[in-house]
Amino acid sequence: MRRRLYWLWIGCAVLAARVEAGEEAEPGAERLRPVAIVDGAIPASLTGVPGDPARGRALVVDRTKGLCLLCHAGPFPEERFTGNLGPALDGIGDRLAPGALRLRLVDGRVLNPDTIMPSYYSLAGTTRVGAAWRDRPVLEPQEIEDIVAFLATLRDTPSERPAP
Amino acid sequence: MRRSALLVLAALTVADWSAGPARAGEIPPAERRSGFDTMSPDIQAMQRDGMANPALLWLEDGADLWAKAPAPDRPACAGCHGEAGLAMRGVATRYPAWDAASAAPIDLQGRVNACRRRHQGAEPYPYESRELLGLTAYVAAQSAGLPITVPDDSRLGAARAAGRALFTQRMGQLGLSCAACHDDHPGRRLGAAAIPQGHPTGYPLYRLEWQGVGSVQRRLRNCMTGMRAEPFGYGAPEFVALERYLMDRAAPLAIETPAVRP
Repeated sequence: MRRRLYWLWIGCAVLAARVEAGEEAEPGAERLRPVAIVDGAIPASLTGVPGDPARGRALVVDRTKGLCLLCHAGPFPEERFTGNLGPALDGIGDRLAPGALRLRLVDGRVLNPDTIMPSYYSLAGTTRVGAAWRDRPVLEPQEIEDIVAFLATLRDTPSERPAP
Repeated sequence: MRRSALLVLAALTVADWSAGPARAGEIPPAERRSGFDTMSPDIQAMQRDGMANPALLWLEDGADLWAKAPAPDRPACAGCHGEAGLAMRGVATRYPAWDAASAAPIDLQGRVNACRRRHQGAEPYPYESRELLGLTAYVAAQSAGLPITVPDDSRLGAARAAGRALFTQRMGQLGLSCAACHDDHPGRRLGAAAIPQGHPTGYPLYRLEWQGVGSVQRRLRNCMTGMRAEPFGYGAPEFVALERYLMDRAAPLAIETPAVRP
């Protein structure tokens, strides 16, 4: 409860600051939780609640929700027709720490302004968003945490593979 | 902590990423390829074979409409233009073109409807109607095999620039642009679908997914919906501008109407 009030306060403060500064508010942006980027990563959880790798996997393979497999292949033997616009996700947990994964999901444009990867938790710079999707991030913060937790389990090193 | 969090949020919120240019830029003319080239052989055969191409049903409707007077005292298309095979040959290679009467660029289906209003005293056909698709396909098919040209008409400059801007602009909840796939990643796959260079060489065309013939605007609306963007309405000047840019970008590929696509 205290936590919720805290974020609410932040939302109001940001809105007030923007109005004061005469900036146009990004509609819905006040609803998004603030994120702190440190050295190419978002080290802190967006929610404080540990992600659930099983829910994360379900989101990753869901082609209407996570959309990941439209662009990425990976260790998903039951999934056919994965795309190849992005790198394969095999071993991604070896290559990227959770904080680095989190930033790439939240807003990869911070690292590469030209990236084709959608920003899953940012409304910055969006235009002509369809009515059904307006003022909403692609994923909710806990969904991001679930996906980060799942991707962290994708290891090439067998000894580090978590028990099934 | 509060202060830094605020600053980060503010930075993420007000930063304007949409102005970023496409990474790879335009495809050089010698490297332009029709989506036909990457289709499966059976769909290629369906397009090539006059008897198997399902769009021919629409084309036959178009041929009938070309010859038929809209009212007893009004001329048919053929009444003014004569035989389509002669009069309409090459026309589709240079559309959208400048329409002096409306002082705006006009696409081929817009031209068909403008003729109906101005010369035939008839109501325009609705977008995506069998009549408009059939007549437009019939006119465009008279240019099949001819190379798309870049009209030397400075009045089209504004539409070209607007079309290019739309092509490279990120839009929708997913923040994608046409260029992000079709300039930067043709040949790769989005899920099961091979990404073509995105040249409108064969419209109106038969799409297996549609189980019917549709216009380039229908295809563009599909892509915009995929980006989770609000599609432009049928007949919007944005679509005419985008098609003008796409045709410049496709030259000198040959017109394929009526094409077949998956």
